[in-house]
Amino acid sequence: MLSRVAENVYWMCRYIERAEDIARVVSVNANLQLDLPRGIDPGWKPLIDTLGANTLFEERHKDYRERSVIQFLLGDRDSPSSVSSCLRMARENCRTVRDILPPEAWHYLNEVQLYVDENLESGLTKKGRHEFLGRIVRSCQMSIGLLGSVMTRDVAYQFVRLGRNLERADMTTRFLDMRLAVADADDMPEMSSGHALQWGIVLGALSAYHMYRRKMGAQVQRQHVLWFLFNDDESPRSFMHCLNAVEESLGMLTNNHPCLLAVRGVVNELEQTKVETLEPGSLEALIDRLQRGLQDIHRTIARMYFLPSPAESQEADH
Amino acid sequence: MPVDFNRYPADDFFDEMLVKSDQARPHAFGLKELLGTLDDKELAGRQASAELAIRQMGITFSVYTEAEQGMIDRAWPFDILPRIIPREEWRRVEAGLIQRARALNLFIDDIYHDQRIIAEGVLPPHVLAKSKNFRPQCVGVSPPLGVWAHICGSDLVRDHDGTIYVLEDNLRVPSGVSYMLENRQVTKHVFPELFERYAPLPVDAYTARLNAMLADLSPRRTERPEIVVLTPGIFNSAYFEHAYLAQEMGCELVEGRDLFVDDDDCVYMHTVSGPQRVDVIYRRIDDDFMDPEAFRPESMLGVPGLLRAWKAGNVGLANAPGAGVADDKVVYAFVPDFIRFYLDEEPLIPNVPTYCCMFEEECAYVLANLDKLVVKPANESGGYGMLMGASASRAERERFAELIKKDPRNYIAQPTLRLSTVPTVIGHGVEPRHVDLRPFILSGRSTYVTMGGLTRVALRKGSLVVNSSQGGGSKDTWIVDWGIADGGSADGGIVDGGEV
Repeated sequence: MLSRVAENVYWMCRYIERAEDIARVVSVNANLQLDLPRGIDPGWKPLIDTLGANTLFEERHKDYRERSVIQFLLGDRDSPSSVSSCLRMARENCRTVRDILPPEAWHYLNEVQLYVDENLESGLTKKGRHEFLGRIVRSCQMSIGLLGSVMTRDVAYQFVRLGRNLERADMTTRFLDMRLAVADADDMPEMSSGHALQWGIVLGALSAYHMYRRKMGAQVQRQHVLWFLFNDDESPRSFMHCLNAVEESLGMLTNNHPCLLAVRGVVNELEQTKVETLEPGSLEALIDRLQRGLQDIHRTIARMYFLPSPAESQEADH
Repeated sequence: MPVDFNRYPADDFFDEMLVKSDQARPHAFGLKELLGTLDDKELAGRQASAELAIRQMGITFSVYTEAEQGMIDRAWPFDILPRIIPREEWRRVEAGLIQRARALNLFIDDIYHDQRIIAEGVLPPHVLAKSKNFRPQCVGVSPPLGVWAHICGSDLVRDHDGTIYVLEDNLRVPSGVSYMLENRQVTKHVFPELFERYAPLPVDAYTARLNAMLADLSPRRTERPEIVVLTPGIFNSAYFEHAYLAQEMGCELVEGRDLFVDDDDCVYMHTVSGPQRVDVIYRRIDDDFMDPEAFRPESMLGVPGLLRAWKAGNVGLANAPGAGVADDKVVYAFVPDFIRFYLDEEPLIPNVPTYCCMFEEECAYVLANLDKLVVKPANESGGYGMLMGASASRAERERFAELIKKDPRNYIAQPTLRLSTVPTVIGHGVEPRHVDLRPFILSGRSTYVTMGGLTRVALRKGSLVVNSSQGGGSKDTWIVDWGIADGGSADGGIVDGGEV
């Protein structure tokens, strides 16, 4: 399989996953605003913080008002962390690899891109938001579901899984980080409704709320959420599950040793930590280390399997 | 209301289907009869269903638009009424094309070796000296089988008196064959009943032939040589075709950045399991952009070292670099002489009479008759930079007269041809529209001609411009045995190309 094709497939899946997760976090955050008790309002800034998009955001908007943040996260064409950019990038990556994917993949991505272009205005209104975001999430799930249900489990499919799971692991840590900043900082009793809501938003954004309740019970508690989202291998949204999937896919490729080492390093780090008992400060430090680990895995995959970038090949020449 | 040919103007030009209004040529009786049973709504309905099929099959070409500031995919414009050519006539055309392709390849090989054609006074030396597509880098190279132009698309036109002429030979990266193949698929959906009656000879052997020809260029004698199609990328207008051919041949579609030439002068592609040797490249990228090391240094599309690898005999390239030297409208004027010189045969298909402005006498004639002639620059394609003398303004003609005087070598002129017409669905009726025909000729161990080719049609009334970027469409082309039994090959024409 051509390196360029593998790279396109990988990024297509990362972008589909990212679009879905951003759409979902906007949707969940919007709902949360309606539920929060008076006086507690984390607002919209944490969403921008968590995506590390503050610089670009502040160039465009004066303050972190709801409408500005939503506009930025859904429709800003220049921001790499807007839903519409992610979908456009997913589609561009799909375009040149159409022959190895089921044809519907291209149709779905085309369709949702057209939908976003035509309905963005109404998606920015309070009334139209629900339907707009729902449609995006559904389209992303359809595309990913399609790949999972019809693609041959060949090398190409391994890059589908690698892209999707690395992005998901990354988004899981980002959303956890976002809520930690708010929930742990608030001096609230553990069982207060505000606190539970803060954790609920993380679960909701990762579409893991329902499964959490089935497994862990109706009480949303910090230590349970942390265990569920970091360690529970049975939960497809957990960090551990994603990394296990990455490890499994790498196992099907040749020249995988350096990549497997990178994955092992991150998994060991997590296995040696009792996440649910960590104090807020050490938890944030752990998340930082895990995110760096994910970047390292990505760089190793890129080095082993993707096209050398022009700069690197020049270095190799000299 | 059934389709009515009583008022169809068949006398103004040679019509491929009708001798005169309401009277079909013998090979078109069946088509006319069927159209007589369809009412105009039914006809428009079938045209619409063909257009739907084309969108669903994703048959597109890309055009640049100012509005979108980029390339967009357009559905391939297609007319459902097939253009029918009797087998017997086609057999003569086929033989003429094979003859021509052999002579062209012998010419290119000669030009990069002994240049006998110049030494013996057939081709004036300054034609070559001023050729834009002559590549000094290729002098002395002997590609496998002595073939340079493996894939040639020669444009044929039929004039008022019914004579078929070669209008030009495209030897660089001719495109359109995928549309020829897809047009047949669409016509099968639209007119199944006509197929029962006519049994047009199949066209789909092309990709297997192409694949076999390319495999013959492999430097390694392996069972399945690694063949790739090299595309400039998604923004090229023929990207659809590049992807289509790669898929049909079951080989990789690569871009320049997928390939590299290693210290052993062999070509490799980057794959997820490491570098993999490439044996043959069907390149759909011009010489200029192919190898920044050998040609344009600023090209981002090419593969540095590709020419070096080819010269070392480590990779097959189709078409060979430098083959474009014969794709020059002044050189074109000499092709009948090449046929006589190299093959000692008379040309089976004539050239359109051509005046080369580099010869004083011919230049004077051209300047005196600009209002009757079509003037073309020697090295443009796609219908750009031309003067249609008969319809041009006086100022336009004067501008061209200046251009010709300044650089006579760069211009040729031809009489305005009265291109043949074919009935075409326009709105709810049928009207004549001008057509040409582009067959594709594969040259390798043997020479193969497609069964028919791509018929391009100028959809605008009275227009002679058939290019898809300028309002042209296309038609399925049928080669039919109408009632005459014979034992010829049903797979296109093959003759032994011999050791050339």
